[in-house]
Amino acid sequence: MAEVVLQNLNKNFDEVYAVKDVNLSIQDKEFMVLVGPSGCGKTTTLRMVAGLESISSGRILIDTKVINDLSPMDRDIAMVFQNYALYPHMSVYDNMAFGLKMRKLDRADIARRVQDAAEILGIEALLARKPRQLSGGQRQRVALGRAIVRHPRVFLFDEPLSNLDAKLRVQMRVELKKLHDRLGTTAIYVTHDQVEAMTLGDRVVVMKDGLVQQVGEPLELYNEPANRFVAGFLGSPAMNFAMVGVRDNAGALWAEDDGIRIKVPGQIAGRLGRYSGQQVTMGIRPEDLHVAGADDPAELTFDAAVEVVEKLGSEILLDVAVGKNTMVASVEPDIRVNVRDRLRLALNPERLHFFDAASEAVI
Amino acid sequence: MIEGATWRRWVFFYVPLTSFIVLLLFPFYWMVITTLRPDRELYRPWNSANYNPFWTWHPTLSHIKDLLTQTLFTTWLLNTMIIALSATAISLFCGLLAGYALSRLKFPFAGLLGTAIFITYLVPQTLLFIPLADIIRNFHLGDSPWALILTYPTFLIPFCTWLMMGYFKSIPKELEECARIDGAARWKAMLYIIFPIAVPGILSAGIFAFTLSWNEFLYALVFLSSPGEKTVPVGVTSELIRGDVFYWGELMAGALLGSIPVAFVYSFFVEHYVASVTGSVKG
Repeated sequence: MAEVVLQNLNKNFDEVYAVKDVNLSIQDKEFMVLVGPSGCGKTTTLRMVAGLESISSGRILIDTKVINDLSPMDRDIAMVFQNYALYPHMSVYDNMAFGLKMRKLDRADIARRVQDAAEILGIEALLARKPRQLSGGQRQRVALGRAIVRHPRVFLFDEPLSNLDAKLRVQMRVELKKLHDRLGTTAIYVTHDQVEAMTLGDRVVVMKDGLVQQVGEPLELYNEPANRFVAGFLGSPAMNFAMVGVRDNAGALWAEDDGIRIKVPGQIAGRLGRYSGQQVTMGIRPEDLHVAGADDPAELTFDAAVEVVEKLGSEILLDVAVGKNTMVASVEPDIRVNVRDRLRLALNPERLHFFDAASEAVI
Repeated sequence: MIEGATWRRWVFFYVPLTSFIVLLLFPFYWMVITTLRPDRELYRPWNSANYNPFWTWHPTLSHIKDLLTQTLFTTWLLNTMIIALSATAISLFCGLLAGYALSRLKFPFAGLLGTAIFITYLVPQTLLFIPLADIIRNFHLGDSPWALILTYPTFLIPFCTWLMMGYFKSIPKELEECARIDGAARWKAMLYIIFPIAVPGILSAGIFAFTLSWNEFLYALVFLSSPGEKTVPVGVTSELIRGDVFYWGELMAGALLGSIPVAFVYSFFVEHYVASVTGSVKG
């Protein structure tokens, strides 16, 4: 049982806020991912939970107990660092046993726990080696092992996969997920990689400039982003944005820009009505665009000039110019298209997003 | 290694390297040859017949024997050893803790304190010995090993502190943070994680401190006066140069024997020492 609650958490250096008014409630056994660009305050938040960074104001509770003033060792947490932070002068076994020795467990108990953790991670054969004799992936496993032998209440991960190469990262991501399912320990995971965030998190917190932008399940954030930043941050390739003017024409709302003239579907039009005559940001994801067919109504299509064709096998990414905007469309792999072709793209009206031009909040 | 034609390798590698080695080793060679040369060859005009300054056909150990039996050289050696080891131990202990604190702990004026310590290192000994002499006299420490054991740290502690500060900064702070999360209090994390990793740095600070105190001349000359209390550098130069008479053979024998402990220390720890100067911690 470990529930972690952050209440009005702040970290500031005079006027500069690294973390501002963060409120989060992480449930028992939950895998919570903090994601955002560098400097967004995600790591600082994690380090405050770990006790490595002082708290300017606010409270952190683990299982309803305030831990603000507890030292890192008394919080019963374990942390995995980006650079693994293995003790270079100790063997893998001693690295994993260090925390248990510090807590004065008896020898047999330590040996059993290290053995168990090594088995789970498949590193039994490496126990006698020194960290410098290990590959990146093996070091990562040892760092994980050092965290799990302690049976802590909360795991903290600070970009643990960033130093691995792409292939290994995908593999370790899957293993981390399995490990969490197996151990069921509450975890807080910091990353700047939105794919890691989407795949690992039970819930995801998107942060920017020290502020929480949105908290929710991965698909919820993906499908219903709260603002333009979240919309643009999650998803690869990123959502397309275009500044459009909203115009009321004979009872229907139209979003218009150089080269685009889209009829806004009914359910969104209701919310967009009060922006009539103003500029808003329209967003559409690449996979919600397709090459227009005969049955696509004209008011949901627009002309595009193909600039780059990226054939990925399972899909084709088209970089296109639409008026003065550039967009990316993800289309079927069997479509024949060449650079400098002109074609007509249609969009899925249900999946249109509109954001306030000033506040960037979703409309 | 230099690539390319043989002449390039000679011009840019072998020739400079050889001249460098010759230049560095020649004083030692001179020390050895003078030690072994009999007096009748040493005190002979340079233009006499068969004069060969770089070699002798009549080597003798009499200078070494004289040095060990006719002078207090063994006492000086012992004095120097005790003083150098004690001063090094004190300085290393203080430097280690101060270096750790200045590089890792956040406290008011930490940066200023670091700079202040460095500045004390910049005060030349030739100025500092005047007020120090006053202090030594007031505490009645003159002419005893304590005069040096307590004054050498004035330049050794800043030196060790700065060397260790630099080394500690090269150790990722995550190691320590991880240890503290793992359940180690700060002093345990320091003792079990940071210090063992810093061994190369500690060794090189120790070697430097030892060498500096071993070779120190000015304080030893000023603060010690009776022959039985002297250190090697002062003893050799004050007892073996009498007026304008230089006992060259014994002088060089003293210099040679006096440099053996330092050379021994260096060769023993050379690997660690090089590691600390050329690279930092590899996880």
